[in-house]
Formats: sequence, C-alpha cells, structure tokens
Amino acid sequence: MSTHTLSVLVENSPGVLARIASLFSRRGYNIDSLAVGPTEDPNVSRMTIVVNVEGHALSQVIQQTDKLINVLSIIELDPIASVQRELLLVKVATTSETRSQVLETVQLFRAKVVDVAQDAVTIEATGNSEKIQALLRVLEPYGIKELVQSGLVAMERGLKPGKSHHPDHD
Amino acid sequence: MSDQITGAQSLVKSLEHSGVDVMFGIPGGAILPAYDPIFDSSIRHILVRHEQGAGHAATGYAQATGRVGVCIATSGPGATNLVTPLADAQMDSVPVVAITGQVAAAAIGTDAFQEADIRGITMPVTKHNFLITDPRDIPRAIAEAFHIAGTGRPGAVLVDIAKDALTKMTDFNWPTKVSLPGYNPILDPTPESVRDAAALIAESKSPVLYVGGGIIKANAAAELLKLAELTGAPVVTTLMARGAFPDSHSQHLGMPGMHGTVAAVTALQKADLLITLGARFDDRVTGKLSSFAPSAKVIHADIDPAEIGKNRIVDVALIGDLKATINALIPALKEKFKNSPPDLTSWWLQCNNWRTTYPLGFDEPDDGSVSPQYVIQRLGQIVGPNAIYVAGVGQHQMWASQFVKYEKPRTWLNSGGLGTMGYAVPAAMGAKVGAPDTVVWAIDGDGCFQMTNQELVTCALNNIPIKVAIINNESLGMVRQWQTLFYNERYSNTDLHSKRIPDFAKLAEAMGCVGLRCESKEDVDRVINEAMAINDRPVVVDFSVHRDAMVWPMVAAGTSNDDIVVAKSMAPIWDSQEL
Repeated sequence: MSTHTLSVLVENSPGVLARIASLFSRRGYNIDSLAVGPTEDPNVSRMTIVVNVEGHALSQVIQQTDKLINVLSIIELDPIASVQRELLLVKVATTSETRSQVLETVQLFRAKVVDVAQDAVTIEATGNSEKIQALLRVLEPYGIKELVQSGLVAMERGLKPGKSHHPDHD
Repeated sequence: MSDQITGAQSLVKSLEHSGVDVMFGIPGGAILPAYDPIFDSSIRHILVRHEQGAGHAATGYAQATGRVGVCIATSGPGATNLVTPLADAQMDSVPVVAITGQVAAAAIGTDAFQEADIRGITMPVTKHNFLITDPRDIPRAIAEAFHIAGTGRPGAVLVDIAKDALTKMTDFNWPTKVSLPGYNPILDPTPESVRDAAALIAESKSPVLYVGGGIIKANAAAELLKLAELTGAPVVTTLMARGAFPDSHSQHLGMPGMHGTVAAVTALQKADLLITLGARFDDRVTGKLSSFAPSAKVIHADIDPAEIGKNRIVDVALIGDLKATINALIPALKEKFKNSPPDLTSWWLQCNNWRTTYPLGFDEPDDGSVSPQYVIQRLGQIVGPNAIYVAGVGQHQMWASQFVKYEKPRTWLNSGGLGTMGYAVPAAMGAKVGAPDTVVWAIDGDGCFQMTNQELVTCALNNIPIKVAIINNESLGMVRQWQTLFYNERYSNTDLHSKRIPDFAKLAEAMGCVGLRCESKEDVDRVINEAMAINDRPVVVDFSVHRDAMVWPMVAAGTSNDDIVVAKSMAPIWDSQEL
C-alpha cells in the first residue's frame, strides 16, 4: 500500500461529496484525507483526496471516480511536481519555564501563535505532512491538549504540467 | 404568462420529447400531480401491481427493444420498491429511467410522511441520479437522464422530483442539446490500440473470442459474426451474451463460467489469447481469478474504461463502442492476415475434442418424474429461435441458457449480475409490451414465480399475453443443489411444498390467465403446443419436474475453472498433452 494524492475537479452540485464518499466506501478504497473547497470557477469545486492503495488499484480508483457524472477531471499529483499543504491548529500546555522553548519551536518551524492562555498556547502551522508531523513530535513532550488538522490540499506547480519551477522555501 | 405550464405537465412533455411511448408505474401521493397530465398524454401508462414489477418491466422492455425503459413511482415505499430493479438494471447495464415523486421541498429532511432519501439510497446502484426541487430544472434533468441511461455503458438513472416542483407553474424549455462536461463516453478506440490488438490476434495460436453482453448493448452482433469468421477463432458467449452469436454456428463453444460447457470453460483456460468483447471477467466466469486463463494474453474491448484492469490485467485495451471497435479491427486484421493467415487447426482439434467428449446433457430421472432439462429443451425446440425467452434466477435459468438454442440478440433476457429472483414475469411483461408481435416465454422457477406473479394481473388486464413455464421442483432448486453438494443434503428451508400449494394453474386462472398443468413427459409437447395456441390471454403452465435434478457442468464457487465437474463426482479426464 502507498499513498497517492488525487486532485479532482467536480461540479459544484448537491450530493457530489456523497457520491465520492459512497463510491470509495462501496469499492473499499481507503481515504487518508479529503479536502473540498471552491476554485476560481464558482461552478467547480476541487477535492484533494489522499488514498492509500496498492499500485494497480490506483488506476481503478481514478477510473471509477472519473466515471461519476459530476467529476470533471481527476489527476494524480506527483509530490515533486506539486505543492502540498496541510493546516494544523494545536493547543500546547505551557508553564512559565517551557513557554519560551515552545515559542522558539514555533519560530523554527515558521509556525505562529494564534492564541495565548495562562497555561497553553495555540499554534497554527502549515506545511507538508512531514513538516507537520515533525512539529508535532517536537511539541509532544510539552503536552498536547488538543489538535485539529485539515486534509491535504495540493496544486500542480507551474502554469501547466511540465512547466514547473520550485521557489519553495519549506 | 399564459404559456406557463405546471411542473407535472413539463415532466410529461419532457418524457414525450424523450421519445417515451410506454411507462410502467403506480401513482401515490407525491407523484400524483404527474398522473393528471399522464391521463391526457400519448404515452401508454401500464398500471402494475408492485413497483418492483414496474422496474423489471422497464428493464425487460429495454432489453427486448434496445430503447430506454421507463418506470414511475411515488415517494417513500414506492421509490424504495424500485431499488431492486434499479440495482438489477445497473448491474446488467440496461438503460432504465425511473421517475419518483418526492415530498415537497420544504418537507425534505423532516421525516415527512412517505419520505425516503431515494437519491441517497440509489446512489450506489445507479449510473446517476437527480433530485429536482425547481420546476425549471425538469426538462434538463429528463433530457440528461435519458442521455446518460442510453449512451456509453448503459445503466439506470433515477429522477426524484419534489411534489411542489410538480405543482408550481413554469416555462417549458426543452434543451436543444445535452451538455455534461463530466460525461464524454469514448466511442472510437485509438488506432494504436487497434494495431496492437490486431498484432496479438495475428500471432495467436489458440485465441478465444470471449463475448459478453456488451455486444448486444452495442447492437454489434453482425460485426461480431464477421470478426469471428475472419479470425476463425472459437467463440464463447457469457450468460448476458446468449444470442449475440448463433448457437448453431460451428465456431460457437457455448457459455463459459460456473455452469458453462466444458469446451467453453476449458478453451478459455487453455487459450493463449482472450479477445474480450464487452465482457467483465465476472467471478461466475473466471472462477478463482488467479487461475483463470493462466497463459492467455488479454485484449479487452469495452466502452467503460473502468472495466479495463478491474479484475484482470490486460495487454491491450480497446476503449470504445464495440461496433466501431470491431469495424476498426476487421481491416487491421485483414491487412495482417494477408501475409500470414491464421492457422488454428491444432487448436480446433483440441476444442472439438472437448466439445464432442463433454457435450451438454442430462439424465432422465429414475422415478419416472419429468426432467426439467427435457421440458426446457422441448420448449426451445417447439417455440423456436424467434421467440423471446425470459428467465428468473436459479437452476431453471441455467438450464434455459444451456438447453434453449439462441440465434439472435435480444431473444434471451435474464438477471445476470444481480441475480434477482422474481425478475422473469415482470420482465417478460415489459418485453412483450416492447415486442408485441413476438412470442414471449418466461421460464420461471416455482420460487421466483411466487415473488412477482401478481404482474400477471397487469398482463391479463392490459392485453399483454405472455406465456409462463413454471419449472416446478417444489423447492429453491439452486440452493437445494448447493445443500446437496456442500451441506450434506441438509435441506434447510429450501422445500417450498409447491406441488399443490399454491395451485399455480388455479392461481393463474384467478389472475385472468389460462392455467395449464403438465405432470408427465408424454404431455410436455402437447401442453406447450396448447399454450402456443392461446394468444388472447397470458398462459401459465405448471410443469411438475424432478426435484433432485442438478445443473451440470459446475465449477464450485471460489475454485479454479480447471476443477470443472461434468456431473456429480465426475471430473473431465484430461490427457497429459492437454494439461
């Protein structure tokens, strides 16, 4: 099994998320994450779906999804030729001794503090899965009170596939 | 505003614009507004006795005619009763459109009376579905529904319409063309794939044309015949493809699969190339997938790209309409064959050996009872290949596919994918409505018949004179066969006691049909001829048959096709050369 990022353009019509979910459920495809949102065209939404399947099953996932009438296009995004981001909100326990260390970590990961309380700070971070996981590993010893994470969103680099460049600082 | 009409009128106009000439249904609260304009419409509405009957009738109509079948029901239970026939039609790629009423838009989601989320319920068993709450959307949705159901790989489409969308006033604008940016069936295979397929066929020493129901859907039987004769390859026709290639043709090895002929099953196993045309490597054909056709390369022609590689990895995919695909393949092959015409002599020697050594057959029962296979064989011989035969699901279905000889497409209708018991009577009704000048025989089991026979009332009242042969073995025969073979003859809940209860002949008479009974071999021909002579009413013949008859050959579920059993405890004897 390996993970693959699918970028799916769908008609912005009622029930389309249910169709995708129903298809994945009945055909037994594993979804690692799913993010849905608007695009530059109000009639079209983009879903970024991370699936965990064996190699040859991937083309089945793509073909079966593409068969849905409301699906306009579906492509697999190459992790190297695409920008992939997750959003993390995490509430970390702090004391007067640990607060500065936590804030230092926030700086190192180029995350930011979005809320401060007596005994905790809430941190916002964006990045690819590896960065988010690394940040969480560093923060864990301080005590993670609560966390919420978005599904992955991703986009091909460049104007068109094959014309990409990499001004990526992460 | 005088040219405004109600949503209901818009619906009926849209159906008329879609070319609907008949629909099967039952009115009820939420769909009631539509039934008022239906009363004045040119569309023939046939009032069925159960919504399931409406769905299967639409399916039978579509399978017999090639046109989109239409059924209509109300919200809630009316709609949920359509779920089985919609799943059935979708599995067998039959073009069907279902119209359902829904509670008023404001009541949706409130658990209103007779509310069911039929769009949600049918999502996994339809090709597409719609929920309409604005009357302006009705013409577009209907046009799209028919387009989606009838094109590409055909399937079931449901249009659910809120009651207030039917009662509100609206403008009628019939779309001049359907625009579905996410739906563009590929019609022509790429030239590269055609070239690659032709090359594989030209190299093959032992090819088999593995023909599925797609040939019938694509109306490509004539093209298939040309391709078969050009290649000289053996042909096997799956359960959904019976009739796609004449049974009388010398290249035809019969049906493959769990109850296929030894020749068809074995030819697939030993082939070096499968030329797969509109078939889907169903488990009932492949047996244990990992041991299916182990040395064969695979050409897979299908209009549905998602079928490619679903069950079996392919070497060449021909994605497109089968008629166009075969028409492209034929000249490419002729070019190849110019230099090296195919020589399949030794392959045919093997195939003919399997065919002559293990022909289809059956034993006469020792106890003097009538063998069910004999009844079905005689029915096919007396009635002939111009009739339409519609089977239920079970032993009688397998025997009807084995012992009736089919020569033409759309003469064999059955529920192949979903295996829906109760399919035969309503589907035969639909077929007869679609082909009123053709003799239509339902070959049904006593178990199946008791699920949907009430549609004989519909047939009797609407001048739909179908004929029904009940192959009455007083049991759920196929389940009983498995109990015999795999459960030590422990017949748990398969005895229907249906020799006299119900009295099928009397039941038929009560429903306005002619009821006949046949209990001896000597009477079989006479009773069939008697039934054939009645054309003003439906006829039901109760054939009492031997209850221990079994369907052979058989590949037990989950085992390899190499382990085909010809009769109980009798495997074919392969010589070492063949293995």
